[in-house]
Amino acid sequence: MTHRTLAVVSAGLSQPSSTRLLADQLAGATRDELARRGHEVELRVVDLREYAHDVVNNMLTGFPPTALREAIDAVTGADGIIAVTPIFNASYNGLFKSFFDVLDAGSLVDRPVLIGATGGTARHSLALEHAVRPMFSYLRAVVVPTAVFAAPEDWSDGTTDGALRGRIRRAAGELADQVERRPPTSGPADPFALTTDFLQMLGRGGDDTTVS
Amino acid sequence: MQFGVFTVGDVTVDPTTGREPTEHERIKAMVTIALKAEEVGLDVFAAGEHHNPPFVPSSPTTMLGHIAARTERLLLSTATTLITTNDPVKIAEDYAMLQHLSDGRVDLMMGRGNTGPVYPWFGKDIRAGIPLAIENYDLLHRLWREDVVDWKGKYRTPLQSFTSTPRPLDGVPPFVWHGSIRSPEIAEQAAYYGDGFFANHIFWPREHTQRMVGLYRERYAHYGHGTADQAIVGLGGQVFMRRNSQDAVREFRPYFDNAPVYGHGPSLEDFTRETPLTVGSPQQVIDRTLGFREYVGDYQRQLFLVDHAGLPLKTVLEQLDLLGEEVVPVLRKEFEALRPAHVPQAPTHASLVAAAGGGKDSTVHAVDDVTGKAPEATR
Repeated sequence: MTHRTLAVVSAGLSQPSSTRLLADQLAGATRDELARRGHEVELRVVDLREYAHDVVNNMLTGFPPTALREAIDAVTGADGIIAVTPIFNASYNGLFKSFFDVLDAGSLVDRPVLIGATGGTARHSLALEHAVRPMFSYLRAVVVPTAVFAAPEDWSDGTTDGALRGRIRRAAGELADQVERRPPTSGPADPFALTTDFLQMLGRGGDDTTVS
Repeated sequence: MQFGVFTVGDVTVDPTTGREPTEHERIKAMVTIALKAEEVGLDVFAAGEHHNPPFVPSSPTTMLGHIAARTERLLLSTATTLITTNDPVKIAEDYAMLQHLSDGRVDLMMGRGNTGPVYPWFGKDIRAGIPLAIENYDLLHRLWREDVVDWKGKYRTPLQSFTSTPRPLDGVPPFVWHGSIRSPEIAEQAAYYGDGFFANHIFWPREHTQRMVGLYRERYAHYGHGTADQAIVGLGGQVFMRRNSQDAVREFRPYFDNAPVYGHGPSLEDFTRETPLTVGSPQQVIDRTLGFREYVGDYQRQLFLVDHAGLPLKTVLEQLDLLGEEVVPVLRKEFEALRPAHVPQAPTHASLVAAAGGGKDSTVHAVDDVTGKAPEATR
């Protein structure tokens, strides 16, 4: 029995939001799966709509306001991330991208991520594969094989027993596998930690490969 | 405790009039601000170094030398000197010359610069920013302390039997601060040498300052220069004042909303809460500034930014009047009363000379080519 944290990031703009609904269902299924395997799960929901102004301010000033910093810490310090965006213009929406743009470099390395998206028709579904998955690959996160797209017909089909429900269960199982495979995180990285000492820095005399 | 102003020397449109000063006006305004700083009883004037528009101060020692000639008491400093893209040999020479001309009224703050493209203009690579700062400063440190230097490094041509002239005044190099916003390596560098650490402390959350100063103090003690609370700390700060705080907010808001760096972003109220910016009455500035001590400990130097974002010179001079008449006298008294006896004041030329056991002329006389003897010895 370990304590695990899941961050649930939703970039839905309307309220109520089908993106948030999908995110909640993915989160619930993953939590249930981990609980079934004996883990205690804490969910931290980050509704990006609430941080929209803060995200832009972070882009302009270079630092997150307090509320956004707490949300960022919740995401970068989680054992697993569920990231769901509406598809706009064949890609993630700007808010979703902007949030991940303001994270410190390296903060999602080796972090298990389950991606999901919603859209007006099923024809948008591959945006998950050609836009969302590559972004997380760039961040060197570990994206589980099943990405979950929900079109309007998936909701009208009934959420309990349709094909969507099956995909959610499969994706949740894959995320649970990846979370379980790793030790619990020690929280977000400390950007002010000194990882070297002066004589080492001086002795190295300048390492061009170190990008600061 | 020392109090002063620091300026980046930006040429910015006054958003309330649409008027943009010329470079000439801005340069002269910087000098006027420095002279005014001395007149109202401040201790320090520090100018930035930039090599791209909209900034004018590309030649800091020219400006500081001019100010030195027109002031008596003011300490001249930098905010910052680019230790990455300047040749450390030229920094050693330029600032030793300034030190002589100003009779010791000079110290420096090392920084890495805020603009990527500056590096290639001077033949450097921003990806080596930290290693450049480390290597260049180590050479500068030696050039001021050793009469003859043999040196080989990675980023400049080697030196053989090189003497940087003039030698430091009284044989005591200018005091050095290292400035950084969020690079722990720079706090470590300052601690290693027992130099000062200056936290930018403007435009950024106070947590950055708290963490960086905490690290610097811990490492200062680790390297055996004294206890953590004896480390030499300087802070920035950004203020705008009117006697009535509502007037200050009303007048400053358009400058804030359109400012370079943070303009068109957070509200004035948000930014005031998230960063050390204080817009209000002199008493509010006093209270906020005294509060800095609560998260960095007793510190030695406080510099205020008062002249950016297109504020007209007249307004800036009024800010200096308020600082000199109402704010700094109270801060001086309050900080002094709080400072424990074992916590040192900021080093000055006089205190450094005293610590070295007195001043000595450190002129290095040239060797005579014919006799092989120094001129002194042939007399």
